[in-house]
Amino acid sequence: MTTSILLTGVGGQGTILTTKILSEGLVSLGYDVKMSEIHGMSQRGGTVNTQLKFGDKVYAPNIGRGEADIIVAFEKVEALRALPYLRKGGKIVMDEREIYSMPVLIGQQEYPHEADKVLKETVKDVVIVPASKIAEELGSVRSQNICLLGALIAALNLEGVDWEKLVASSVPPKTIDVNVAAFKAGYKAVKPN
Amino acid sequence: MKRVIMSGDEAIARGAWEAGVTVAAAYPGTPSTEILENISLYKNEIYCQWANNEKVAAEIAIGASIGGSRALCAFKHVGMNVAADPIFTVGYTGVNGGLVFVSADDPGCHSSQNEQDNRLYAPHAKLLCLEPSDSQECKDFTVAAFELSERFDIPVLIRMTTRVCHSKTLVELGEREGAAVKKYESRPSKYAMLPAFARLRHVAVEQSLLDAEEYAYSSPLNRIEMGDRSVGIITSGICYQHAREAFGDSASYLKLSITHPVSGKLVKEFCAQVDKVYIIEEGEPYLENAVRALGIDCLGKEVITKQGELDAQIVRRAFGIGDEPEIYEVGIQAPARPPVLCAGCPHRGFYLAMKKYRDRIVPLGDIGCYSLGVNPPFNGFDTCICMGSGFSMTIGMAKALEMQGDKRKVFGILGDSTFFHSGITSLIDAIHAKANVCLCLLDNSITAMTGHQQNAGTGVDLMGNEAPQIDAVKLVLAAGLDEANLRVVDPIDLKAIGAAIADAIEANGTFVIVTKRPCALLKEVIRANAGAHCVVDPDKCVGCKSCMKVACPSLAFENKKAYIADVANCNACGLCQQMCKFNAITKVGGK
Ligand SMILES: Cc1ncc(C[n+]2csc(CCOP(=O)(O)OP(=O)(O)O)c2C)c(N)n1
Ligand code: SF4
Ligand code: SF4
Ligand code: SF4
Repeated sequence: MTTSILLTGVGGQGTILTTKILSEGLVSLGYDVKMSEIHGMSQRGGTVNTQLKFGDKVYAPNIGRGEADIIVAFEKVEALRALPYLRKGGKIVMDEREIYSMPVLIGQQEYPHEADKVLKETVKDVVIVPASKIAEELGSVRSQNICLLGALIAALNLEGVDWEKLVASSVPPKTIDVNVAAFKAGYKAVKPN
Repeated sequence: MKRVIMSGDEAIARGAWEAGVTVAAAYPGTPSTEILENISLYKNEIYCQWANNEKVAAEIAIGASIGGSRALCAFKHVGMNVAADPIFTVGYTGVNGGLVFVSADDPGCHSSQNEQDNRLYAPHAKLLCLEPSDSQECKDFTVAAFELSERFDIPVLIRMTTRVCHSKTLVELGEREGAAVKKYESRPSKYAMLPAFARLRHVAVEQSLLDAEEYAYSSPLNRIEMGDRSVGIITSGICYQHAREAFGDSASYLKLSITHPVSGKLVKEFCAQVDKVYIIEEGEPYLENAVRALGIDCLGKEVITKQGELDAQIVRRAFGIGDEPEIYEVGIQAPARPPVLCAGCPHRGFYLAMKKYRDRIVPLGDIGCYSLGVNPPFNGFDTCICMGSGFSMTIGMAKALEMQGDKRKVFGILGDSTFFHSGITSLIDAIHAKANVCLCLLDNSITAMTGHQQNAGTGVDLMGNEAPQIDAVKLVLAAGLDEANLRVVDPIDLKAIGAAIADAIEANGTFVIVTKRPCALLKEVIRANAGAHCVVDPDKCVGCKSCMKVACPSLAFENKKAYIADVANCNACGLCQQMCKFNAITKVGGK
């Protein structure tokens, strides 16, 4: 049995660091882990996908259409764009943050603000975590990724790792407090108790 | 044994270190760049360098190998085209210290201009070829490659693909074998490839390849995994993982890790044990042709696409196994999100200024961050072929336009790293040919597109040492450009750049515009602009949208007013401010 997680966001949102922390925790739990982070032009404000699979034995590192157990979306329309990768019965953990792409900014295309509602109607299991708002209130919107990591860990029920310690050792020293707080808040958003 | 999770690129670097490599060189190129970046972590033991281009990098490695060091050179797939000239002949000379070339291919064009399959180079240039399928193999095969290179006196090509380079998987680490530098001996008959010697070396290398094929038969690198015998799959590299994922134990596998030379004996033995043979590979029918040449019937490209990257599902669909997965569908679509020039990018000013003159110019582009200017609203150039072509193609294009009475001026556009890579030879030709063109060097003081590597113009080398800074403007003048036809301008100064473009259009003979401003993402630039950003005064903003022509990702428009939507990334470059006739935009914060 393998679990497949697709993390999607916009270049600069920190999906790669999130996936890195997650994979380190999973390795320490003894899983075989493969993660794929195709980056190239996408650094420049394009869509960024990172994919992570874990289980007893993982072969292919990438996730095909209809194969992801969980989609973690850092931005609203990126959740929509990644939808074909979700397996029937899978889960979406998403922020409702909106980041306008260039075709939207220059008025060529419309931004579908209702995307979260549409996703909720279609996919039963959608958890919306206002991660960027939470992170902003805690002091820095940049901790949005760690907040979503907290939410994902809660959604995956991954016990047995000191995640907060792992977060603390993975982020810049000056940002440890805000990131650990963001992690806790994200976790709580999914598992209130 | 310590197990860590690392990317294929990191694992190649680790393998090089374990194998006792002492010299490494490369020119950056996604997805290969991180190999040298990670080798530079071992800079006390490995001399490493960013070369100006892949040919130079290969030749640095060849020199080191013949001199007796174990040497590695890495490039992206198209980089191997640039390096092909020396590689084809070092295939004849063979090596002294082990010599390994790493090619990072990019099926799927994640960040490249084509999907070429560099396995085909191996038989053509007479190299051994190894194809790792995960990070563990990247490390282990690198160590093995140096041994094989020395044992058979042949350079080895390690052929990676984006998915192997950029996937992180578990690796058991080993220790460094110690740098065994062999003694250099002068041997012109082996290393000076004049015709008489080359003819003899050709004989020698053909024998070495036969010996290597014999070795490949029993090599532990190749692997047979028997499962159900109704189907036998021959595969290599990442496709082994896709095949495994798709077929599980319902098939048997011949996982070829040495894909040149392919051991015919091994293939025949495997095929004799299975009912039918499938070949699963990305790109060209490389293994398939090798299998067919043995007279064995098989199924491969007939059902599997040559285009793009494979995954388990494409494999399942091709061979008609399993059901199509069900997916969710919704009635709305996500708007496109193409990569764009960053907020505050210096290239933006150049394209914005050029827009006004666009109908009087035929601009030819090149590869770098500035390639992103091809998209609306800038529509900044018409062509993009390969590095350096942005300058050279202008010469031919100008002739072609002249012959059809097209009066437009041909502009060539490329960046500083691309200039040092190969633009410089094109520039010399343009000046020498008295080409009536304008060559634009967009100098942002870094090799940005591939993740900010140093280059000949930046004053720092890969190992972090200070290095002589090569002055591109002086080079241009030294090549003989009339100084009256040179403009050096700040690309964020719209008036200055506009004037330079207007002059270029009117000028006769070769004209050069050099724009100078460092990339907005450089640490020093970010530090210098810390806290600075622009604000739009909503009372002064009349909603004319003139500033939106800047197409800056930090700037948005809502309720008939412009506003800075992404304050954190606005660096107060001031382009939008120059566009506003109503003084609604001002710079705040910062030093
Ligand atoms: C032969 C070859 N080698 C490497 C690359 C990868 N590559 C694409 S753009 C680029 C660097 C461009 O740097 P520069 O010209 O300074 O432009 P910038 O990105 O800084 O704007 C490189 C190395 C390539 N496409 N072709
Ligand atoms: S990385 Fe630098 S050069 Fe590239 S788009 Fe961003 S600011 Fe421009
Ligand atoms: S150019 Fe000035 S007035 Fe026009 S929309 Fe922009 S800020 Fe407003
Ligand atoms: S000053 Fe204007 S153009 Fe420059 S980064 Fe800020 S919003 Fe973008």
